[in-house]
Amino acid sequence: MIAPSAVTPLPEQDDAFIRVRGLDKSFAGQPVYQNFALDVPRGKFTTIFGPNGCGKSTLINMMSGLIPFDAGTVEIGGRDFRSAKIGYVFQNYRDSLFPWMRALENIEYPLRVRGIPRKEQVARVEQLLARFEITLDLKRYTYEMSGGQQQLVAILRALAADPEVLFLDEPFSALDYEMTLYVRDRLQAVFLETGLTTVLVSHDLEEAVYLADRIVLLSKRPTRVVETIAYETPRPRTAEILADGRFVATKQHALDLFRAEMRR
Amino acid sequence: MSVVGVGRSIARMPGAIAPRLHWSVLLPLAGPLAFLALWWAVSASHVVRAVLLPSPFETLGYLGTAFVHGTLGADTLVTLTRTLLSFGIGALLGVPLGVAFGSNERLYRSVEFLIDFFRSTPASALIPLFILFFGITDINKIAIAGFSVFLIVMFNSAYGVMNARKARILAARVMGASRFQVFRDVLIFESLPQTFVGLRNGISTALVIVVVAEMFIGSDQGLGHRIIEGEQILHVTDMYASILVAGLLGYALNVLFMIADKRLIHWNGK
Repeated sequence: MIAPSAVTPLPEQDDAFIRVRGLDKSFAGQPVYQNFALDVPRGKFTTIFGPNGCGKSTLINMMSGLIPFDAGTVEIGGRDFRSAKIGYVFQNYRDSLFPWMRALENIEYPLRVRGIPRKEQVARVEQLLARFEITLDLKRYTYEMSGGQQQLVAILRALAADPEVLFLDEPFSALDYEMTLYVRDRLQAVFLETGLTTVLVSHDLEEAVYLADRIVLLSKRPTRVVETIAYETPRPRTAEILADGRFVATKQHALDLFRAEMRR
Repeated sequence: MSVVGVGRSIARMPGAIAPRLHWSVLLPLAGPLAFLALWWAVSASHVVRAVLLPSPFETLGYLGTAFVHGTLGADTLVTLTRTLLSFGIGALLGVPLGVAFGSNERLYRSVEFLIDFFRSTPASALIPLFILFFGITDINKIAIAGFSVFLIVMFNSAYGVMNARKARILAARVMGASRFQVFRDVLIFESLPQTFVGLRNGISTALVIVVVAEMFIGSDQGLGHRIIEGEQILHVTDMYASILVAGLLGYALNVLFMIADKRLIHWNGK
C-alpha cells in the first residue's frame, strides 16, 4: 500500500489562468453555487469530478459564457471571460455539430464567423490537420461518420480558432468504449502538442485521473472544491499506467474523498 | 468501422439479389391494378348505371384523347399555374415571416392564437369573404389558396426555428457568432426540415383550394371547373378523367417535394 503522502493536495496557486471568485448560481431558488472560488492553472489539463447534480457542467458552462450566473467574476488570462477565445466541446456531438455542413466546413466555421479571409481559413485548418495527423475524410458530412470521428471533428472545430482555453463537457459519454479510447488518445496528443489550458468535466473517476494534471473534486450542493489533487505522471500516458502505483493511489485518494463527501 | 459502410452495403443488397426477387419490384402495381379491376367489375356488371360510371378503359382512353386533342391539357396547365402561383406567394411570405416569428418567441406567442385560429378555419368558409374583396377573378382563387399556404408555411417555419437544437445555437455562440450569424448559419438550417413539412402540406392544400375555388368561384377553365361541369351536363367520362388528372397532379407534386426534401435536407433524421 502506498502512503497517502504520495498524493499531494495543492496550495492556492498564483499562476492561475482561469480565476473564479464569489460565484453564485441558483436554479429555481435552489443555490448550486454560493461564493464559489476556483483557480485553473495555465497550460495544465484540469479535470472536474464530483457527485451527480453538483453542477460540474454548469460550472464550465458559466466559465465559457454559455449560461449566465447570478454574481461573481470569471477571469480568463487576466481579462473578463467574455473577451476570451474559448474552445468548447459538447457532450453530444450529434446535437452540436452542424449536419448541413461537411466535416471540413464545420472545422472552418469558427474562422468564418470571425471574418477570417477564405484563403487563410483553408491554410489554418490544413495546418491544424497536419499538426494532429488527422487522416479522416473530412469531405463527408458529419452524420456519415462514426461517433468517435464526429467527436474528433468537434474537438478540431474547438481548436480551429486558436482558443486560449479548451473546455470539454463529458466528451466521451456518448461514445462506446473503443471510441472513447480513440478520442481520449487523440485529445491527449492535442494537449501534448499545444500545451493548451484544458478543462474537462468527467463523471468517470478513472478517466478524470488518467487525463489530468489536476483533478478538482467538487462537493454536493451548494458546491465547493473539496480538494484539488495533482497527478503529474509524464505523458503520453498509456493504458499501462492504470496499474501504476501512483495512479492507483491518486484514484484511491480521490475515491475516499468522494465517498466521504457522499456520506456527509 | 464507420456507419456509412453498413449503410452502403445495405444499399447494395437489392442489386445483388435482384435476379431472384425481381417480381417484388412489381408489388406497388398490385393496388392500382386491383382498383382498376374492381372499377371494371362494377361497371361491367351494371350494378351502377353506365351513365354514372363508365368503364376504366373508356375513361383512360378518353383521358388520353382529351389530353392530346382536347382541352384537358390546357385546363390542367391552368390549375397547375394557379396552384404554383398561390403556393409561391404563400411560401415567399410565409417562410421569412415564420422564421422571424420563430426567432422571437414572445412575438410568436402574441400572434399564436391568430395563426392557430385562421389555420383551423376551413379555407372554404372564407371563399365568400374573398369574393367580396377580390370579385370573381383569377386573383381571388390565387389569393385564397395563397392565404392558406401562407398560414401553414408560416406556422411550420416558426416551429422549426423554435425547436432548433439548443446545443447548436450555443455551439455557434461560443465560437463567437453574432445574433445575425446564429440566425443565418444555424436557425435557418435548423428550421428547414420543419419548413419543408410546411411546404409539402402547403402545396397539397393549394391544389385542394384551387380546385374548390375553380368549382364555385365562376370559372371557365381549370380542372375544378371541368369536374363540376362534367357532373352538371352529365359528361361523366370527362368528370372521371378530370378527377384522375387532379389526383395524378397532386401525387406528382407530392413526390416532387419528397425528392426535393431528401436532396436538400439531406441531414434530416440522421
